[in-house]
Amino acid sequence: MAKRIDISGLSAYYSAFKAIDDISMTIEPGSVTAFIGPSGCGKSTFLRTLNRMHEVTPGGRVEGKVMLDDENLYGSGVDPVTVRRTVGMVFQRPNPFPTMSIYDNVAAGLKLNGIRKKSELDGIVERSLKGANLWNEVKDRLNKPGSGLSGGQQQRLCIARAIAVEPQVLLMDEPCSALDPISTLAIEDLIGELKTRFTIVIVTHNMQQAARVSDRTAFFNLSAVGQPGKLIEIDDTERIFSNPSVQATEDYISGRFG
Amino acid sequence: MTTTAPPPTKPEPHRAAKTVSRPGDRIFAGLARGSGILLLVVMAAIALFLTVRAVSAISKDHGNFLTTFEWTPSLNPPVFGIAVLAYGTVVSSIIAMAIAVPIAIGIALFITHYAPRRLGGPIAYVIDLLAAVPSIVYGLWGALFLVPHLRGVNLWLNDYFGWTYIFHKEDPNSAARSLFTVGILLAIMILPIITNVSREVINQVPKMHEEAALALGATRWEVIRLSVLPFARSGIISASMLGLGRALGETMAVATVLSASPQLSGHILDPLGGTFSQNIVAKFGEADEFGRDALIASGLVLFLITLLVNGAARIIIQRRKEYSGANA
Repeated sequence: MAKRIDISGLSAYYSAFKAIDDISMTIEPGSVTAFIGPSGCGKSTFLRTLNRMHEVTPGGRVEGKVMLDDENLYGSGVDPVTVRRTVGMVFQRPNPFPTMSIYDNVAAGLKLNGIRKKSELDGIVERSLKGANLWNEVKDRLNKPGSGLSGGQQQRLCIARAIAVEPQVLLMDEPCSALDPISTLAIEDLIGELKTRFTIVIVTHNMQQAARVSDRTAFFNLSAVGQPGKLIEIDDTERIFSNPSVQATEDYISGRFG
Repeated sequence: MTTTAPPPTKPEPHRAAKTVSRPGDRIFAGLARGSGILLLVVMAAIALFLTVRAVSAISKDHGNFLTTFEWTPSLNPPVFGIAVLAYGTVVSSIIAMAIAVPIAIGIALFITHYAPRRLGGPIAYVIDLLAAVPSIVYGLWGALFLVPHLRGVNLWLNDYFGWTYIFHKEDPNSAARSLFTVGILLAIMILPIITNVSREVINQVPKMHEEAALALGATRWEVIRLSVLPFARSGIISASMLGLGRALGETMAVATVLSASPQLSGHILDPLGGTFSQNIVAKFGEADEFGRDALIASGLVLFLITLLVNGAARIIIQRRKEYSGANA
């Protein structure tokens, strides 16, 4: 189910501008990996290369290899649409489909995959909403619009939508930055539960959050504005936050920087 | 709708400290209020004018105003009715909408989602140009190009789809000066407005909703179906209504193309029928005082039909407001 991600020599461009430069790392299956770093260091761009969302941006282009177990996501003949069904994504701002009910939001990805049987959909929708710790709050109003939920509930709805299609990897791009502390806590608890089933990669600006939820932490930095972002180091979260091997990492996490 | 200004608001008893009133604010508020009231006054004046003249004409009509085919207010006693005109106006507009709306949505989606940027801009510009062509030019083009060239199309439709009744043609060799041709011409004329407004609305669809669909593994068409069209739906309806408004009221192009006659036929290829505005422009010159009042009565009906259409569109948009995405 959860798969290993092996990235080697990955660079991403916006037209002529190189946003990230030559990144290599391995993300273990069933783990939570946090990406931290200052704004503009390319951590979100890097995350978006992992499900081929980067190339959706006009001018977006990628060099290098991303291996999901033994399949290269950037291999010739690989369909980005298929990649995105395997590697799910949750965004910074909760983005449930505003015109759809709660139920239809969760079922949207399943219907794309050709699952149409009502009984089957019912089961997966319930399981996914339970998996996102949202079931008890919405089970009586599944046919109400998803945009009527609170921000935190909407974000959990988006997580339910993403996990409904049983991806192997779940990417989260600052999933809590638009949420209040209580909703944030709910999402963080959820991440802890989900990591047994999915490989999770999360971008966050909140270092306490990285320390709380992740097993491994990667620190990204850029030497100057207009320069490409680079991976400075990746290590066990405990080690990054107690005794990082690079001085820049220590400066960043202790707030002596930027 | 009333013409009176809203009653002056009484000072509320428990009001907080009085706000300072600045001359700039007062002048602007006065101008804005004045513009608003002026609009109501103009609308009321039009409605009053139409109603007064129309009622005096209809009261002297010896036919049934709603069901009579002929338009002969000069007879003694006068006989005139709107049956043919209402039918022709509605049918030609329906044909125009059936052709224009899908094409307009297609063009809008092509420009926003499929065409490379270098191509999208010029196409949008050409569509804008289409809107700048005067309607009499469309009329001339319709009469001199479209009518002769649609003859073959008419024959073909009659041969293969004559059995549908709609596409049956009484005299297959008569000219294509029919409601169908008018509908095609109107479709071309309303295409730019529907396309442009739809394109604007589609461009407003937040990127994050499209990415939501993309990240689920949606193809380009599925992104459009899941995110773009639902979000843009009410805007596209509004755009279509703008187009329909133009189609219903179009005068010169219809008058130039249609071979008008006071007959009503379910066969849309038959060269007969009429529309409100075509009838007005055709009859106004030779009409006496009473004849003009009668034409004004028909204008009032067109006005009411347009109001009705707009009202219906508003209801459609309102009904799904909860899902409109406006609160996302």
